[in-house]
Amino acid sequence: MAQIQQQKDRVDYTPKKFVMWLIVFSSFMMFAALTSGFIVYVGGKGKGLDIAIPPIFLYSTITIALSSVSMFLASRAAKRLQFSTQRLFLWVTIALGIAFFALQVNGWSQLVGMGVYFVNPNASQSFMYVFTGMHLLHIVAGLLLLLNSLVGSYRNIPQVKRVFWMEMSAIFWHFVDIIWIYLYVFLLLNQK
Amino acid sequence: MSTLSVQDHHGVHHDEHGHEHHHDTFLTKYIFSQDHKMIAKQFLITGILMAVIAMILSILFRIQLAYPDKAFPLMETLLGRFAPEGRMDPNFYLSLVTIHGTIMVFFVLTAGLSGTFSNLLIPLQIGARDMASPFMNMLSYWLFFTASVIMLGSFFIEKGPAGPGWTIYPPLSALPKAMPGSDMGMTFWLVSMVLFVASSLMGGINYVSTVLNMRTKGMDLWKMPLTIWAFFLTAILGILAFPVLVAGVVLLIFDRSVGTSFYLSDIVLGGVPQPFEGGSPILFQHLFWFLGHPEVYIVIMPALGISSEIIATNSRKPIFGYHAMVYSLVGITVLSFIVWGHHMFVTGMNPFLGGVFMITTLIIAVPSAVKTFNYLATLWRGNIRFTPAMMFAIGLVSFFISGGLTGIYLGNAALDINLHDTYFVVAHFHLVMGSAAIFGMLAGVYHWFPKMFGRLMDEKLGYLHFWITFIGAYLVFFPMHFMGLDGVPRRYYAFTEFESFERWLSVNTFITWAAIMAAVAQVAFLFNFFYSIFFGKKAPQNPWNSNTLEWTTPVERIHGNWPGEIPTVYRWPYDYSKPGHDEDFIPQTVPYSETMSSNLPHDFENNPIGLEEHNKWTNTQRSNEEVK
Repeated sequence: MAQIQQQKDRVDYTPKKFVMWLIVFSSFMMFAALTSGFIVYVGGKGKGLDIAIPPIFLYSTITIALSSVSMFLASRAAKRLQFSTQRLFLWVTIALGIAFFALQVNGWSQLVGMGVYFVNPNASQSFMYVFTGMHLLHIVAGLLLLLNSLVGSYRNIPQVKRVFWMEMSAIFWHFVDIIWIYLYVFLLLNQK
Repeated sequence: MSTLSVQDHHGVHHDEHGHEHHHDTFLTKYIFSQDHKMIAKQFLITGILMAVIAMILSILFRIQLAYPDKAFPLMETLLGRFAPEGRMDPNFYLSLVTIHGTIMVFFVLTAGLSGTFSNLLIPLQIGARDMASPFMNMLSYWLFFTASVIMLGSFFIEKGPAGPGWTIYPPLSALPKAMPGSDMGMTFWLVSMVLFVASSLMGGINYVSTVLNMRTKGMDLWKMPLTIWAFFLTAILGILAFPVLVAGVVLLIFDRSVGTSFYLSDIVLGGVPQPFEGGSPILFQHLFWFLGHPEVYIVIMPALGISSEIIATNSRKPIFGYHAMVYSLVGITVLSFIVWGHHMFVTGMNPFLGGVFMITTLIIAVPSAVKTFNYLATLWRGNIRFTPAMMFAIGLVSFFISGGLTGIYLGNAALDINLHDTYFVVAHFHLVMGSAAIFGMLAGVYHWFPKMFGRLMDEKLGYLHFWITFIGAYLVFFPMHFMGLDGVPRRYYAFTEFESFERWLSVNTFITWAAIMAAVAQVAFLFNFFYSIFFGKKAPQNPWNSNTLEWTTPVERIHGNWPGEIPTVYRWPYDYSKPGHDEDFIPQTVPYSETMSSNLPHDFENNPIGLEEHNKWTNTQRSNEEVK
């Protein structure tokens, strides 16, 4: 029975998937804390962001939203056993993720060009960098998860495992997407 | 019947299978173990070692407080440049206070307590083979271990460990040049705490996922022991609160190393104005206490859960108000997130906001009192067995009451302005979360020692340990209330320069000797603990006649916990001294069909068929009586 039980445990990925949801919750709490910190700072010091958010952040938002779409398509393909489609869309998602990363870094240099520095007597402008920087760390983690799924899609592993890895990266990737949209909207609402 | 034989067949072959595929080397069994029971022991022993270190630190600064003018040449021998000519360096005093607080709150009472008992008891009491992610569980321990090493490593750097207090308020913590304790030691502190938070999150996430997804058949939420409820809610608190600390610490790191001004403004250091501008140190306090207050419940709730279980078992009575106990834990969990402002009454907070935080704080007294009364009601007319574990659990209740009462005073904004940062606060939290939580932890160690090591601890040493520690803790912390009422501030190196505080010197000396006495008593525990691991009396499978699932596992503590199928659960865990049953306990695995004589109608609330059978049985009994 022990053997049977162990084999059953191996197939049951529900608790592990739940772990990913909890990671998402705790990450969300960190961003909630940072944005609350921003609100407390602005409320207490009366110093707002006082800049117009450069349009490059709109482009990066569109990029990452598109990457969520391709992630969804990749997951669907994996469930339907269409592995070449899965690989294609995973590659697309990773490319879009890297493009997002590049756009964000480019956004930083545009901010610097506007005179909005990280080391700044107006810390609400420094917060711009903290929001985007902490988010980029999550993007890196998400890309690693995507790479893991991609490697899995090339290897001959059981379908349950393949789908499990896809779901893990999908949950996280959609989360980093949603978190960015949250941050972007938050910044837009506070820009002037 | 055929299923049974299949089970037997596999059960017999399991061991063999284990040897073939698990490759239990020393490294995988004791060091990089993924077995939750071994990880629990790793957490416990690391936690105990950290506790001993933090206790020695406290004795060192107590000696300074008792004899501020005396030189101890031995101290120079031991501490070197931290105690030149036998007099403790003031900056080192601040470091001692800081590291004592940090280690005790985080490394002992968070990781040592939750890490040990959540890891040990969650899979065992809900009926699971292991955690949701054993690998992450192992990682959690090793991150904790690394964090401990870094924290202790800060004693070996030139300027000594961090010194701005365990709350690391900026600007002191944000300016490396502010004092020796703000330099490298502070960096070590931050690195260590980041690793610690990662460890705590991994642990907490595992606990929540395991409790929600891996309960055995029949174990619905309302059949879970209160320990599991407490660990579960504690883990939720950690998952929600620790990331906020990370956010605060990230900003602090930027202020320290990059030069941003999140928390800093208008700083003049050694006569030189600093370039920082526009920051708000209060912002850090908000972020810190949003974690910090839930953190004190992270510390106390597992201890409360452990004592619920121990008190019910050793009173041989069902826990009084099981549902009320759960709801009060839930209430504490929710309320703990909206009270953080009571740590900040003197920051120039808007009095209206202060009033709001005051009300929420005082409301927490309600669930806390519910728990206290339920403990007392459980003890009331119980058939009490005073095992060492039971003594410590009752000790917890005592400290929780005496420390909790002063919380009501401190929670009032108007009173807190007077008492803030005095020894009154020190007395309050050392009783209500320090002593209470450590007593909960010790109770847990005495109670579940047989489950961890298959042996029993010595009872007589346990009683000795209990009485000296219990009396010692009160002798140490009770006089501090009066010091605090007189306005003696905490964290001061010496009071000799303040004429009004000089009269407290004799009290300080008294407290120090009480602390030394209590510290020496811990030797009894340490000896008992380590000796019993190897030479203790062999424990039976269920030494306390307890109902919960962990006592249905074999004493040998095998990988996977149960040799055969995981047992099914039929009843709640508190069927002690149920009238009509021949023994005074009925384990959770005993179905109602085997205990017809003790079943009650309300055992079948959502079970009409069972109720029908029960009624049939009672009617038959009654007619049999009539025949007689």
